Amino acid sequence: MISVSGIFAQLFAIALALVLAPLLTGWINQCRAWLQSRTAPPLLQPYYMLHKLFHKDVVIAHGASALFRFAPFIVFGCMLLAAGIVPTLSTDLPFAPAADTIALVGVFGLARIFISLAAMDVGTSFGTLGGRREMLIGFLAEPALLMVIFTTAMISHSTSVATIVETLAHRDFVIYPSLAFAGIAFTFISLAENARVPVDNPATHLELTMIHEAMILEYSGRHLALIEWASSLKLYTYSCLGLALFFPWGIAGGDSFPALVAAIPLLLLKLAIGGAVLAVIETANAKMRIFRAPEFLSTAFLLAVLGLLVRLLLETHV
Amino acid sequence: MPHLLSIDLLLIAACAWLVIGLAGLAAPRKFAFISRFLFPAGAAIAFGVGVVALGSLGKAPETAVLAIGLPNLPFHLRLDNLNAVFAMLLGFASAGISIYGAGYFRKGEGTAPGLLCLEYHLFLASMLMVLLADDGYAFMVAWETMALSSFFLVTTDHRHAEIRRAGYLYLLIAHVGAIAILLSFAVMTGSAGDYTFAAMRAHQLSPFWASVAYLLALLGFGAKAGLVPVHVWLPEAHPAAPSPVSAMMSGVMLKTAIYGLLRVSFDLVGTTLWWWGVVAMAVGLITALFGVLYSTLQSDMKRLLAYSSIENIGLLAVGIGLALIFHAYGMNVLAALALTAVFYHCLAHAGFKSLLFLCTGSVLHATKERSLGKLGGLIHRMPWVAWLALAGVIAGSGLPPLSGFVSEWLLLQGFLFSPGLPHPWLNMVVPVAAAVIALVAALAGFAMVKFYGIVFLGQMREPALKDAHDAGLLERIGLVWLAIITLLLGVLPSTVISAIDAATRQLLGTGLADKMHEHGWWMLAPISADRASYQPLIFLVTIVLSVLIGRQLVRRFYHGRLRRTRAWDCGYYFQSPRAQDTAEGFGQPIRRIFGPAFRMERHLPSIRDERPVYLVKIEDHFWHWIYLPVARLAEAVSGLIVRVQGGRIAIYLLYSFLTLIVLLLVARP
Repeated sequence: MISVSGIFAQLFAIALALVLAPLLTGWINQCRAWLQSRTAPPLLQPYYMLHKLFHKDVVIAHGASALFRFAPFIVFGCMLLAAGIVPTLSTDLPFAPAADTIALVGVFGLARIFISLAAMDVGTSFGTLGGRREMLIGFLAEPALLMVIFTTAMISHSTSVATIVETLAHRDFVIYPSLAFAGIAFTFISLAENARVPVDNPATHLELTMIHEAMILEYSGRHLALIEWASSLKLYTYSCLGLALFFPWGIAGGDSFPALVAAIPLLLLKLAIGGAVLAVIETANAKMRIFRAPEFLSTAFLLAVLGLLVRLLLETHV
Repeated sequence: MPHLLSIDLLLIAACAWLVIGLAGLAAPRKFAFISRFLFPAGAAIAFGVGVVALGSLGKAPETAVLAIGLPNLPFHLRLDNLNAVFAMLLGFASAGISIYGAGYFRKGEGTAPGLLCLEYHLFLASMLMVLLADDGYAFMVAWETMALSSFFLVTTDHRHAEIRRAGYLYLLIAHVGAIAILLSFAVMTGSAGDYTFAAMRAHQLSPFWASVAYLLALLGFGAKAGLVPVHVWLPEAHPAAPSPVSAMMSGVMLKTAIYGLLRVSFDLVGTTLWWWGVVAMAVGLITALFGVLYSTLQSDMKRLLAYSSIENIGLLAVGIGLALIFHAYGMNVLAALALTAVFYHCLAHAGFKSLLFLCTGSVLHATKERSLGKLGGLIHRMPWVAWLALAGVIAGSGLPPLSGFVSEWLLLQGFLFSPGLPHPWLNMVVPVAAAVIALVAALAGFAMVKFYGIVFLGQMREPALKDAHDAGLLERIGLVWLAIITLLLGVLPSTVISAIDAATRQLLGTGLADKMHEHGWWMLAPISADRASYQPLIFLVTIVLSVLIGRQLVRRFYHGRLRRTRAWDCGYYFQSPRAQDTAEGFGQPIRRIFGPAFRMERHLPSIRDERPVYLVKIEDHFWHWIYLPVARLAEAVSGLIVRVQGGRIAIYLLYSFLTLIVLLLVARP
């Protein structure tokens, strides 16, 4: 039954996600700047950006339909829901049974469809190009992500994220070789899904290389702010999902307030390390041509399948 | 008044459809009478069929014997839980399609409205009889009536040569399938000569003959459903037919084939071998991948949807295969999970694919255009159709919170249990098949975005589209009804599954409902809540709330100002509708990545061409490697026969004489 403390814990987790997501983006940008010998922007730069964008007038094209205006809100809602489902501080949340990992993939899929449709709505050459490429990355990444999920689900005999975390974190410590494969595959997929180097570059507006940026070219003002915030939330949710699946230690089992607060420092530490690693990856790699992306993602898929086979062949006794 | 059983009510409904059809034939010129009275009446009957079938779920089977047909060979009919699920599907889906049809069919387009009314309602009645039939004879009569009436419906615009060709191909493959089904029944009957399904159930077959019967049924019903390699008629016939007929064929008729396959493999044959499931799954996976890849490349909106139907039929075959594998190893709870996914996907596909086909009908009427390259921006002129089509598109991409996701989720849950199979390599290979399902689902999203984005979004690609008009009132009612079905199937999965659980229990002896009743109606947890759960209502409520609250908050704390201007497009000034992706352009990544899957003929212009011609022709490998050789063989054989057929009567008499002598020699006592 849903308790008051459960609802509180859920709202707290969502509020934390809303606050931390832009911070994570800011942290990654800082790390990238340091690694590339640039002067780093302030850590809070993403918040200033959001504030500025919310203040600005919305300017939309003549041909934009209502779908174009609704899509940012829907995408933001999807990401909010996803952030509420993935256990960040506690596994005992009211939203946890609402969706398992497969449904989580579905939520990301829904957001992707809406942003791609919105990109096609104005009818510019870049919009349709971005929408098409986003769907391309989507259908390459989704099977690989599902294989990663299958591997973890077979270890814990469940697709529910909460149960997976409990199995891995709160029981005897066992080393699963299959998780190593799945973890590498998941890293690949997260890079592609979050429009990061080497698949996409979040900082580019060079016409021919854009994917995510091409889709949101026509957005401005509050719509753009919501999309940027949703992108940060997506990166945050993916990071937390990765942490929950592969480094779940430190996530609380209950929903009491002290337990939640106690889980925060470890989460921050893990996110900080994860962000720094992402910055290193982005600095060490160059963006690849769009048609190298299938190779990149099929490598991820093969790694995930290897993980699954390792699980089935070698770990049947665990 | 005597107490009427559900089966009697369904028979009355079938007769009423026939009466409506005949009334249409009797008044061929009274167009208003046909479209404003007869079609809505047919829709009301269809709704009644749905309600009666829903009410009969979970009750004991009812039988009836109709003393029509040949002497001593009456029609046996039976209503049990399996066919009640499909009758419910038929009723509820065709209620929406018929009411849409009432607004859709126009005067002066192909077949006269009176005749069309007869064909349409005969088609409906024959599908109901296919479901109810309880002996091979009644089944085949109804099956053939269904094939013929739908053939005439497909060839409504019979003045176009390509439509006649599509209809001919459909008829040909339907009959190849019908022969296979007939042979399958014959194998199951044995030598007893009793064609009732009860006799087939009682007849024990050796594993060899049981396999023969199963494979024949897979071929026969697969030909109707559109499984590879007997799928070629589907992308020809669906675009050729008027849109309500396409919707009916894709949404409902294909499911009668799924029903037949389930009836034979789980009910009539009596035994189950594990490799049957592997065959069905392999064929299903190939079909699904084939269908979705080709659907992403189509530039005709109805062909795109037709290939998407092939994909969905493939997914259904995969589900049946998985259920057969589990069933063969006695893991009936898991078989029930897979089978529930099959039933659910049948219902979901009937809803969203009919919806999408009907939307193409409205687009077709409004613009006279089927080619994606000449559409665009219709959301401004046809908001009703566009927004309702969005529901179909989301469900068709298999995304929460609508109907397509539930069945996909159930199917994937079923796959997660496959490592528990007591077979040394099946438990390794089958889980990887789930990856193909994931790929198919993601590609379906690609195809759906292409369909919706190019038809309804963007700038209008032709100036004539400015005159497009939205769907009429009756058409809207039909579309809204199907969209409601799609939504309800999406957000109330537990309620629906407890209703259709009776059919699963009939086939497997166990179902999912007991487990599910431990949780609330809002929660779908087929095995246990720890294992996996899904609450679509939370999805819907959270997303809707965050849209509403988000809008209010932004307005409250900032502002709601909005200006309109030219599109930015990176500062590019010369924006024209032609700069948008064409249908071919949108499919280009697929052509590039999955190149070997297509038989492609391409002509690219050089820089110096005075009149540049750009040509890409995508063809089906199966057409080239299977159908053309068979056609050539048939032609060669006919060429030989022509030599025998000299045209002189004396020669023919000689043939008769020789035959008689041979027969006398052979049949000598």
